[in-house]
Amino acid sequence: MTIPMSPDTLIMTAVSILVLPLVGFALMLFFGKKLPRQGDWLETSLITVVLGLALIVLAQKLLNYHDDIIALNFTWVDMHNVPGIGPLKIVLGFQVDNLSAIMVAVVALISTLVHYFSIGYMQGDVRYSRYFAFLGLFSFSMLMIVLADNFFLLYVGWELVGISSYLLIGHWYEKKSASNAAMKAFIVNRIGDVGFFIGIAILYQTFHTFGLREIFEGIRGGHLPYGSEGWLTAAGVLVFCGAVGKSAQFPLHVWLPDAMEGPTPVSALIHAATMVAAGVYLVARTFPMMTADALLVIAYTGAITAFISATIAIAQNDIKKVLAYSTISQLGYMVMALGVGAYTAGFFHLVTHAMFKAGLFLGSGSVIHAMHHALHHQGDHQTDPQDIRNMGGLRTKMPITFWTFVIYTLAISGIPLTSGFLSKDEILAGTLAFGGLSGHVLIPIVGFLVAGLTAFYMFRIVIITFLGDHRDARRLEHIHESPRVMTVPLIILAVLSIFVFYSFNPFGAADGWIARAMERPESVTPASVAPATNHVFEQALHHAHLPAMGLSLLVATLGMLIAFTTYYWKKISADRVAESLKPLHTFLSNKWYFDELYNGVVVEGVLVLTRALRWFDNTIIDGVVNGAGLLTKGISFISGKFDSGVIDGLVNATAYVSGFAGLLFRKFQTGKVQTYIVFAVLSVMIFYFVFRLV
Amino acid sequence: MESSNTFFGEFLAWLPNVQLAHFLIVSAILFALGIYGIATRRNAILVLMGVELVLNAANINLIAFSRYRGTNLDGQVAAIFVIILAAAEAAIALAIVLNIYHRFQTINVDEISTMKE
Repeated sequence: MTIPMSPDTLIMTAVSILVLPLVGFALMLFFGKKLPRQGDWLETSLITVVLGLALIVLAQKLLNYHDDIIALNFTWVDMHNVPGIGPLKIVLGFQVDNLSAIMVAVVALISTLVHYFSIGYMQGDVRYSRYFAFLGLFSFSMLMIVLADNFFLLYVGWELVGISSYLLIGHWYEKKSASNAAMKAFIVNRIGDVGFFIGIAILYQTFHTFGLREIFEGIRGGHLPYGSEGWLTAAGVLVFCGAVGKSAQFPLHVWLPDAMEGPTPVSALIHAATMVAAGVYLVARTFPMMTADALLVIAYTGAITAFISATIAIAQNDIKKVLAYSTISQLGYMVMALGVGAYTAGFFHLVTHAMFKAGLFLGSGSVIHAMHHALHHQGDHQTDPQDIRNMGGLRTKMPITFWTFVIYTLAISGIPLTSGFLSKDEILAGTLAFGGLSGHVLIPIVGFLVAGLTAFYMFRIVIITFLGDHRDARRLEHIHESPRVMTVPLIILAVLSIFVFYSFNPFGAADGWIARAMERPESVTPASVAPATNHVFEQALHHAHLPAMGLSLLVATLGMLIAFTTYYWKKISADRVAESLKPLHTFLSNKWYFDELYNGVVVEGVLVLTRALRWFDNTIIDGVVNGAGLLTKGISFISGKFDSGVIDGLVNATAYVSGFAGLLFRKFQTGKVQTYIVFAVLSVMIFYFVFRLV
Repeated sequence: MESSNTFFGEFLAWLPNVQLAHFLIVSAILFALGIYGIATRRNAILVLMGVELVLNAANINLIAFSRYRGTNLDGQVAAIFVIILAAAEAAIALAIVLNIYHRFQTINVDEISTMKE
């Protein structure tokens, strides 16, 4: 393992990591149904190979090429001189740096675990092979995003994960709500992508390249978009728009809760661990080009998102919805971390969150699977297997699911000895440092508040679902622990949620391999608009570390205690609190009415425009067409009149003249000899006198 | 005899010396009258009378030219032929008219037609 792999081999391994899932997708799509067991073994074994290669690449990179960037570039298109544009050359390629290597490993790991879990969860599904094919497509797309070294391939992968998400959310497309959710996800994503596209366009126009390294070099050299720092900030914010859409940040967060219509393993893979992390990855990737203003926008967006979704989560009863809002909230945390400059912390949280959030979703999948099974046994098709109010006491029948779920909850709440504690702690320290340096104190306040809320709603779920007594004792008898293909991934993820894999120090990750691998890159923006330098920030971070840890422990414990007091020891009645704060409770459980707002404003707005255009088309365009028709009719009418009047008139006149002449000349034929004698004499006279003939 | 300066006077002076022109004028007048008779009259016999007039006018022409411009009597001889032929022709014509009357009960030239209206 420590024998160094040459850089070429390393990058080629990375490319094969990228290509294998695509091959799997193609094979599954065309041949899946005909293979035994519909080919799940094919796709799963391919992704396991990918995982193995990914771990090898990660190890090789961190051990032998720790601070290098290994890249592979090729010229895709080279049109030497396009009239009007100039030289047009598009160079694409892939790179392996620490960020990519760790992301590849995370994506491969979660994808592999989800593949195994799906073999159990999706058993007997109506479109089994298609599901695995799309998992392959998604894996390919996500790997493309993290391995691309240029905006072009990144955007291609970006759109592809959007499509994969659409296809997988709408897996059970017979259900109207599922297909609606799939469309909603894609459309809302697309809105963010418009901003992203404009940002890329600005950068390309300025630097005539899509390559990230080249763009950073250009900015460092003082070359700014349209020569102004303002435009650089704008470009940064526009690129962030893509992240807002993809990572479900406010205001484009509305698609993620609806995306829970998809199968739970899909939610685990895409909407918890990887696709939504793509936005965070993007911010991390483009971090050097973000000005201080852009980062401020990013920080506040993250903070607002974290706050809003945490408040909604405490009022939800569907287990997957709570997890969805929790995801949005944690993504807000990551984005906020990157915005305040806590680069390492933000990325670290991405990795740890991927583990325990995927675990939470798979665990909830395990619970839902068991509930389905039990309800089916009872012939009950009405009760919602995802509603926590129908659960309770599952701890006794599903021990593995329970204990792993507890570990994930501890991690997300930031309780010591978990990975989540380390990463969340770093973020909160970062927000404190930022607050101290810049005076934006709202951000750390929100950070700690949300930490408390997170602990509260997560333990609420644990208590209601697993502890206490089940609603229906007979149903409880039918509930069993899930099969090994489903529980083994849970165990693996639980193990990975413990601190020891990231740092040997349970109270600080600063010396861990991840912190050393993911040092915050230097900003390339001009000094006038740059964020605090690494040095200044690190100093502030150092001072904020201890207060942050103390405070975060305090709020987490408080949240946990309140949850237990309300739901386990039942000292506070949750229902009475909800009653007394009814308007607030309604506001929260209706998700701050965002969907209603967007429906009323955006959707209605578009429909109004549609109606206006339809009026225009029917009245004016058709009017013109009809008018043309009427004009032709008029012309033909005139022409007809002309034909019958003038032409026929001429013909008739000719006939009349002939007739008249005939009438005239008929007089010669009198039938009387005497007349003829007179004509003869007259003729002779004419001949003699006029013509001098005779 | 004194000379006259009026038209009528000159006309009266011209009358006594009979020359060719006098005969030709008479024959022309007769011819014209004959043609008029042929063309105009409805009675068949009157048409025949016109024919006679024409023939006689032609006779006068012949004789006049023979007297004033000829060296022999060719004109007069021709006139005698014409008279004989006129007589024969008149006899035949009258016989035809008689038959017409027998057939049509009328000798109105306008009405002796078996043509359709």
